[in-house]
Amino acid sequence: MTIFYDIGRYLLMIKGMFSRPENGKMYWKEFIHQCSEIGFGSLGIVAIISVFIGAVSTIQTAYQLVSPLIPPSTIGQIVRDTVILEFAPTLVCIVLAGVAGSRIASELGNMRVSEQIDALEIMGINTKTYLILPKIVASLLMIPLLVVMSMALGIWGGRLAGTAAGIISRSTYDRGLHEFFVPFNVFFALIKSYVFAFIISSIPAFYGYYVKGGALEIGRASTKAVVVSCILILFADYVLSALLLPT
Amino acid sequence: MIEVKNIHKSFGDKTIIKDVSAVMKAGQCNLIIGTSGSGKTVLMKCMVGLFAPDSGEVLYHGQDFTAMNAEDKTEIRKEIGMLFQGAALFDSLTVEQNVMFPLSMFTKWTFRKKHERVNEVLARVNLVDANKKFPSELSGGMKKRVALARAIVLNPKFLFCDEPNSGLDPQTSLVIDRLIKEITIEYNITTVVNTHDMNSVMEIGNYILYMYQGNKEWEGTNKEIIFSKNQRLNDFIFASEFLKDAKDMRMLEETGKISNERNMEELLDKDAPTLVPPPDDE
Ligand SMILES: Nc1ncnc2c1ncn2[C@@H]1O[C@H](COP(=O)(O)OP(=O)(O)OP(=O)(O)O)[C@@H](O)[C@H]1O
Ligand SMILES: [Mg+2]
Repeated sequence: MTIFYDIGRYLLMIKGMFSRPENGKMYWKEFIHQCSEIGFGSLGIVAIISVFIGAVSTIQTAYQLVSPLIPPSTIGQIVRDTVILEFAPTLVCIVLAGVAGSRIASELGNMRVSEQIDALEIMGINTKTYLILPKIVASLLMIPLLVVMSMALGIWGGRLAGTAAGIISRSTYDRGLHEFFVPFNVFFALIKSYVFAFIISSIPAFYGYYVKGGALEIGRASTKAVVVSCILILFADYVLSALLLPT
Repeated sequence: MIEVKNIHKSFGDKTIIKDVSAVMKAGQCNLIIGTSGSGKTVLMKCMVGLFAPDSGEVLYHGQDFTAMNAEDKTEIRKEIGMLFQGAALFDSLTVEQNVMFPLSMFTKWTFRKKHERVNEVLARVNLVDANKKFPSELSGGMKKRVALARAIVLNPKFLFCDEPNSGLDPQTSLVIDRLIKEITIEYNITTVVNTHDMNSVMEIGNYILYMYQGNKEWEGTNKEIIFSKNQRLNDFIFASEFLKDAKDMRMLEETGKISNERNMEELLDKDAPTLVPPPDDE
């Protein structure tokens, strides 16, 4: 039963977010602040993960391709497609759910528990609009950018690992990258990253905004926010793949 | 003026506020007093709409706040300043930015003008040289004063203070009490103060509402309070050493030796500690 109650409250929160800002300049400032927190705050971890994902993909693909009938440039092809289709959007977003999501949940939870949200309400500010909307919009802007960066870094990491281990030459790998390239895959990955970005920001915001209690509950809420976001990301990943990928 | 009519509030099956009514006039300090846990904070939060009362009305300008739509509520809220019991400062902002926040949000002033106003209110709460500090670097009493500065920076018509001087030394307490009283009169504010500090009660209590386990047990002024015959109220106020004298005087009054009016005035004048040194020619 509480799940329906939570869904209802979540939808009301989303609806409540859309109201006229009291002061455009302050909202803009908050938006920019969130962009830098979510975007630059996760840059390092996303870069590291992406390079390693690409590297591991290359080595594992090479290990699995034992038949002499398959040209080695196929490795580049497979790495490109797995990184673009799955690893860059999904894995990066799962990591971001942990990094950015828990930050959003604990920031809002702390503001709730220490009555800062009440203080804003008393001033006559719509706290859903002021606190939640900029976070969601900033995520929708920054996370797809991070995903695109991750694609590039992943593919680069694969090339690095492939040449370093002597599995594949640079030119063969690059040739593989150009073979059978389907631009739709990038588009599909971007659709996924928009959906995931919405999940990563709105779910933690919901759990943080409605925290009741004290410091302990803030911790619980942010853990729950991360878990629920991850599950929803994987679920959305499945649904989108089933719907949008021609099989 | 704020009118509270038959407010009830319960959490789960626990009733916290039972049928409380009060009239809080503008230009005076309206105090809600009572022991810890008697429901002062809950009553105040019902008044400002942070808690929805189960039944009853809260009237601002004669209109029921609890029944207003969101836009009208926002309009009233722009006239409200509130100091929370836990200060509720924005901890990502410095002291200066905290106090400036309402100005940035609701005025179109230049930075210079906002800055001047911020320094002015910070000086009024006796807080200088803390502008660039973050809330985590402040003492409890300093946080309270920053929060008060933030609450009054926009010159509210309704000022709510939840225990403005808990955690303050007696001298700073007095400064804060006097500041609250001063601006209340100066701008004709309807001020509501939660407190269990008897010094404040005697210093600023134009109207006093005594809460006992969620009920309105007594109401009156600071002139009447120590002559009240209400046993629960007596237990509450005479727990304070400050009023030992008053209690003695009350004994005299009860036996008909002195008239209560005259001596109350005297007591309030005489015992009020002064911060400004008296002029030499006295
Ligand atoms: N959000 C809440 N949910 C459930 N019970 C609450 C809530 N807030 C307060 N209470 C209960 O209401 C009662 C009154 O609390 P309140 O905070 O109003 O006391 P108070 O008079 O302000 O005390 P103090 O002087 O210590 O601040 C307490 O018994 C408290 O447990
Ligand atoms: Mg309280």
